Amino acid sequence: MIGAGIVGNGLAYHLARLGLRDLILVDKGPLPNPGGSTGHASNFIFPIDYSKMMTDLTFDSTAQYKEMGVFIESGGIEVARLPEREVEFARRVSVAKAWGIPAEIIDPQEVARLVPYLDPSVIRAGLHFPTVGVVDSLRAGTIMRERAQATGALEVRANTEVLGIDVNPATRRVERVRTTNGDIETDMVAICCGVWSPRVAELAGAHIALTPIVHQMISVGPIPLFADTVGEIAYPIVRDVDANMYERQHGGDIEVGSYAHRPIIVSPGEIPSNEEASLSPTELPFTQDDFDPQLAEALELMPDLLGDEGVGIRYAINGLISMTPDGHPVLGESPEVRGLWSVAASWIKEGPGIARALAEWMVEGRSELDVHEADIARFYPFQQTRQHVRARASESFNKMYGIVHPAEQWSLEREIRLSPMFAAEKELGAFFYQTAGWERPHWYESNAPLLDRYGDRVMPRSAEWESRWWSPLVNAEHLAMRDGCGLVDLSAFVELDVTGKGALSTLQLLSVAQLDVPVGRVVYTSWLDGAGGFKADLTVMRLGVDHFRVVTGGAHGMADKQWILDHLPTDGSAHLSDLTSAWTTIGLWGPRSRDVLASVTDDDVSAEGFGFATCREIETSGLSTLASRISYVGELGWELYLPIEQGARLWRTLFEAGQVHGLVPVGIGVYGTTGRLEKAYRSYGNELTPEYNLVEAGMARPKVKLQEFIGKEAYLAQRESDPAALCCTLTVDDHRSPSTGELRYMLGGEPIVTLSGERIVDAKGRPSYVTSAGSAPSVGVHVLLAYLPPDLAVEGTRLSVVYMNELFGVTVAVVGARPLFDPENERVRA
Amino acid sequence: MRILVCVKRIPMVGGRIVLTPDGGQIDTSMLGFTVSPHEECAVEEAVRIVEAVRAKGGSGEVTVLTLGPPEAADQLRDAVALGASKCVLLETDREWGPIATAEAIAQEARERGPFDLLLFGNEAADSGDFQVGIRVAHLLDLPVVTGIKGLALEPSGSAGSLAGSLPRASARREYRGVEESFELGLPAVVTVKEGINLPRYPSLPGRMRAKKAVIDSLALGWQGEALSTESLRVPTVERRRAELLGRGAEAVPALVALLESLGLLS
Repeated sequence: MIGAGIVGNGLAYHLARLGLRDLILVDKGPLPNPGGSTGHASNFIFPIDYSKMMTDLTFDSTAQYKEMGVFIESGGIEVARLPEREVEFARRVSVAKAWGIPAEIIDPQEVARLVPYLDPSVIRAGLHFPTVGVVDSLRAGTIMRERAQATGALEVRANTEVLGIDVNPATRRVERVRTTNGDIETDMVAICCGVWSPRVAELAGAHIALTPIVHQMISVGPIPLFADTVGEIAYPIVRDVDANMYERQHGGDIEVGSYAHRPIIVSPGEIPSNEEASLSPTELPFTQDDFDPQLAEALELMPDLLGDEGVGIRYAINGLISMTPDGHPVLGESPEVRGLWSVAASWIKEGPGIARALAEWMVEGRSELDVHEADIARFYPFQQTRQHVRARASESFNKMYGIVHPAEQWSLEREIRLSPMFAAEKELGAFFYQTAGWERPHWYESNAPLLDRYGDRVMPRSAEWESRWWSPLVNAEHLAMRDGCGLVDLSAFVELDVTGKGALSTLQLLSVAQLDVPVGRVVYTSWLDGAGGFKADLTVMRLGVDHFRVVTGGAHGMADKQWILDHLPTDGSAHLSDLTSAWTTIGLWGPRSRDVLASVTDDDVSAEGFGFATCREIETSGLSTLASRISYVGELGWELYLPIEQGARLWRTLFEAGQVHGLVPVGIGVYGTTGRLEKAYRSYGNELTPEYNLVEAGMARPKVKLQEFIGKEAYLAQRESDPAALCCTLTVDDHRSPSTGELRYMLGGEPIVTLSGERIVDAKGRPSYVTSAGSAPSVGVHVLLAYLPPDLAVEGTRLSVVYMNELFGVTVAVVGARPLFDPENERVRA
Repeated sequence: MRILVCVKRIPMVGGRIVLTPDGGQIDTSMLGFTVSPHEECAVEEAVRIVEAVRAKGGSGEVTVLTLGPPEAADQLRDAVALGASKCVLLETDREWGPIATAEAIAQEARERGPFDLLLFGNEAADSGDFQVGIRVAHLLDLPVVTGIKGLALEPSGSAGSLAGSLPRASARREYRGVEESFELGLPAVVTVKEGINLPRYPSLPGRMRAKKAVIDSLALGWQGEALSTESLRVPTVERRRAELLGRGAEAVPALVALLESLGLLS
């Protein structure tokens, strides 16, 4: 382990606990505070996050801090200055309910009762989290380190700088860490270096996509009111979220932290050494100008406390913290160097939980908590460039306490990956979302005339929140596709060809579905982890006896690619080629899609001549195209694969040929949400996560293949036992807000509760919440997918969904994977 | 009571000082700036004197002056946050030596004066010339005491109030274990040393005042100077080491042997 902050110490402890021996923890700084971000952390823990992963990690960390006796519960309050923040509180208290976190919206007087030095006239409301607390993270690190030492498994080398990490050029595996105190031979290295992580990874020729960024903090005291406080904290921590600040008592002082200043990015190479720094390497000189605008806001909120001329700013720093391109930590084994693990970009609130998860991952190959969203393998190379990391960090810094819509798009670093149809799509008024760097049309303004055609069937929305990053055109395109035909740009697909004598056995090992199928078959399959949780869901085409093409989504493609690479046979009998940048894909779906395709090809695309779940080369107007007859939107149609430079030509050909058949361009809003949800298709990352299994998802097939596959043993056991939850399709009984009467549409993540508002938790402790939400325009309802315990997973059961802190009635429409639209799947097989 | 305090912007260095590649300057790219600890105490002393005068119904003001780059305005604002009321920035485009600095300050003091008291730090923490305060006193023909760690202003005459007429000052310093006391009439120049007081921290309202403070700036042209910096060199320092003699009781023989070798055990 390199780095003795909260993460490195925690990892040492958990690895020792799991039985690993010969562990060495090095840090270039002194102990117990080697000078990293742990040493200046504000150390408070708010349990709430919109990300379930982050919430779970925080919960686990809190339990560990409590066990170590370094947690003090203080309570915490977020205060609203703006009307839109009050709305956000309603949303936030709902997600707190989903994750089982105590939370209550309170009025300004109640805030002032809990925090007597706060001026209630400045705020509109408070959101009280009674279980917020503070920890002593340095002490926790020391405890964990000493526990590991006590087992005899850990040697600690402080004041030891890492000079190099040697990698075997043939195997690309770590061999040795060179330090100022000698070399360490090892095939496993964990980089727990916080803001220095990119620099240390570079020593091994690897990337860790994070950047140090400044977070300003001052400490003001001595506060007379705090003179009698025993211990560290007696009053709740205040997050002044609309001012992007927080205030917390720390003994006799109050700490004021800010995320309001300009993003100040520092390169890891610029961070001074312990000797050169005037305070510590990560406590950089305070830049007063950046903080000045915040003084007035702080004074306004706490006028008597902070306006006291007798109390002074005793400490002020530009503290360095880590930020990543997507706000999540960077965890796991580097795809670039085997045996090199990244355990980076953790806050204090997640540190011990991340340490435990990583230790399990390193030793057992899988962690109990699902951390796939933080997998280091998720990044494409462009996402690891310094420019990209800095741009994302700059853009997200001031949103730390921001009101961020779940579909909000980045404004910087756009147009990185462009499909061959990009120019044509722009002409059509495409509104682009970015996925894995690809610009993908979410809907097309050129379809505006469809709004008149479909009227209220497009399920218009009036509430601003649900209208943001959404258009009724999505639903109009959906209906037009179901009536005629839709053309979808699927360039973001990841195409991974696996070839060679060992190709079949490699993919058989990964896939639940039988892949020993005739050449020309397309197979939809899940991939599982060793414990039978979902690792991926994707399709595989058998293009030859020893040639398979794995097609998966852009967002998870890199992790799926890594999973294949991790399981390629060592004898070289199978090879992986990533053809993502060589091939483009166009989806053609709808009842008229056969007519459109037939008009540009002489090949047989009839029902008899081109069956469902088959693929083969066809000629399309002078282009050789791989057509694959499957659908993620529940329609007759094809995915058409061809070399990327020919994509624009095929798009134009189909677009023109389709005009007489009612063809419209269709965006990813239909492909990813409405088309999918009407068909109850589950999605990886939403319904399909490592926490749930095939039986619970309603995707178990009648038979299990004879061949071995990863997770088979667990899967067989899952089939034998009663599921603890079942994935259900729910419909909303009444969209009218009980308070305002406005029609409201859930967006996902909301808790499903009983009619009376009681939380629902299954036998494994998993709460019921909306995993996916969206319109089902063909059936005229708004659909929610959610896992429910078996006693509630009964069709017709009436429950509630909490949205914006109000209860809306819902009904279990379907238990399992039967779709609401075209339940017999006649369309896809037409 | 009008007091002039002179401060100098200096880098806030850590244990190891890094020079620019050409050796001409300290590399300040990752450093903050401050004034020397002596000067922090000079500002504090000035503010306390004026506060005491005001508490007795008198009037007074602290003017803080610096000679340096435009960024030295930050250090003036820092002083305002602590209670100074006026700021003067003598802007220069390079590091000035003590002779030219003293001349510029003396001229400014004449123009803006009269001041009852001129406070300096004993020496700047970076260049350590120990000259500017003394040179200013000489140029203004004022008495000067240096290295002061105790300063008291007494009313002139037994019945006069501090605010009413010019008081006298008594100053104290320690030199090689001997305490020296001085009596001097005002106006005078006093250079103070860290320890004369414990400087306060800036309050939030103080910082708000600092933000709004008007800085009276004057650009000075380079006049040339007899003293100039050729280059800087970081002296090699023997690295401090700690040796672990052992743990628990087993360390005792080694400890005893060490103490004996140092002649600490009889």
